Amino acid sequence: MQPLLSQACWDTLYMVGWSTLIAVVGGLPLGILLVLTDRGGLLQNVLANKVIGQIVNIARSMPFIILMVALMTFTRWITGTTIGREAAIVPLAIGAIPFFARLVETAVREVDGGLVEAVQAMGGNTWTVVRKVLVPESLPSLIASTTTTIVALIGYSAMAGTVGAGGLGDIAIRYGYQRFETELMWITVAILAVVISLIQFAGDYAARSLHRRGGRSGPAPKLRLLKASTATSKTV
Amino acid sequence: MITTTGLTKVYRTRGREVTALDGVDLHVREGEVYGVIGQSGAGKSSLIRCVNLLERPTAGTVTVAGQDLTALAGRGPRAGRELRQARSRIGMVFQHFNLLSSRTVQDNVELPLEILGNSGRERSRKALELLDLVGLADKAKAYPAQLSGGQKQRVGIARALAGDPKVLLSDEATSALDPETTRSILQLLRDLNRQLGLTVLLITHEMDVVKTICDSAALMEKGRIVESGTVSELLGTPGSELAAALFPVGGEASGDDRTVLDVTFHGEAATQPVISQLSRTYNIDISILGAAIDTVGGLQIGRMRIELPGRYEDNVVPIGFLREQGLQIDVLGREALLVKDGAQ
Repeated sequence: MQPLLSQACWDTLYMVGWSTLIAVVGGLPLGILLVLTDRGGLLQNVLANKVIGQIVNIARSMPFIILMVALMTFTRWITGTTIGREAAIVPLAIGAIPFFARLVETAVREVDGGLVEAVQAMGGNTWTVVRKVLVPESLPSLIASTTTTIVALIGYSAMAGTVGAGGLGDIAIRYGYQRFETELMWITVAILAVVISLIQFAGDYAARSLHRRGGRSGPAPKLRLLKASTATSKTV
Repeated sequence: MITTTGLTKVYRTRGREVTALDGVDLHVREGEVYGVIGQSGAGKSSLIRCVNLLERPTAGTVTVAGQDLTALAGRGPRAGRELRQARSRIGMVFQHFNLLSSRTVQDNVELPLEILGNSGRERSRKALELLDLVGLADKAKAYPAQLSGGQKQRVGIARALAGDPKVLLSDEATSALDPETTRSILQLLRDLNRQLGLTVLLITHEMDVVKTICDSAALMEKGRIVESGTVSELLGTPGSELAAALFPVGGEASGDDRTVLDVTFHGEAATQPVISQLSRTYNIDISILGAAIDTVGGLQIGRMRIELPGRYEDNVVPIGFLREQGLQIDVLGREALLVKDGAQ
């Protein structure tokens, strides 16, 4: 039982690790592009923005299990097979890219436009703005987005068992559900819970320590709290 | 140093057109502090953003230090290399400081130098020198979140000076600060203007800012410059709204048989003790109702509202005396009377 579980753990981490890496590499530029090409953006291009936005929306709304099947030809073209861990990484990554891109978009939009203006006034070009302002200033949010993506990918990877990729989800379904080995199922559930908690904790810690270092100035959230409390007191 | 001719900016949003700038001609001389004042929505922000082409003007030209920036702009919405180089020689400070929260104070000041491509050692030498200049040498390793508003603006100013600019644009630099801090920041800008020969164009909605540091000023309303000139020229302009706002005098006549005069001091006449001369020469009692007088460059400039006994007709001779001294005299209530006569 133990080698079975440790192999499954390793498979899950392998799939999630690679697909996260690809999702970040692909989703980060896509998300930034979504902000830059938007109306009033530095590279305003309404058509490109609409096209990218549509692609992202379609990919996001596709149930993962269908995406996996639909991408089979593509997967075979990339990895030479449609079965196994490597084959599962392709649909996982492609499913996660638009997911991460939307999170990046939201994070980057939060960056104060005044900072962009300041860098432009210094003579910086668009690439400088991206490198020196948009990415570093939204880094805490970007890390939080990555954590969310990893957790979502662990969820998706459970379905990867359908293409013989193994992993914890696959164990839970095959042994726990189909063979009524409830004990094994509970163990995988517990492992998943621990893994997800650890990742969430690590992500939150990293984001928070960055926040504390640079930090947005203290008063802003306080003000929001104040407003909320006055609003509630009014309704009362 | 900065000249704009026929500067026009029209914003088009979903079929609606808003004219923010309507043919603005501005001329800022080298080495002066020039203030543009106006209410929000008057077009001040658009104006200052058009000077370094953060906003593309719809029509008109902008020349900074002899270089026609509008010609460098190119066609697309993105700034070409030449325009970006020109911008790096124009410093800009902002109302909300616009410091990067992820960088230390020193790294914030180094940012323009990174863009200019200076080496690491050169950057940190220059940044520390500038921080010393603005009085923040000890805060180099702090993050902006740990600074007060005034300190943040000092960092903003140090950063704006990193590219050795000849021109500094100040976009409401003190509007987010309390009065005490405002004074110290204005003092700093004044010192920099004197020490470095920096030409400063600032926009503000606070008359005090203009009064404290500006050599020249312009009043903006609805996208147009309504009045402009040096502070002393403005004072010399009869009916100048800016002069009235810069040197406000209040006070009403204490009775019907009184004459109220606004006396404007500017230039040489202001050095003479004219009021006491007037009193002694004609043996009349003068009440001072209000006065706003400042000493600029060793000369007193300002306005005073005084009341003479008797109606206007009785005071023609003393008023003539004051005018002979080179003072500008406005008789209150007189215009209204004249208009009435004209109507009849």
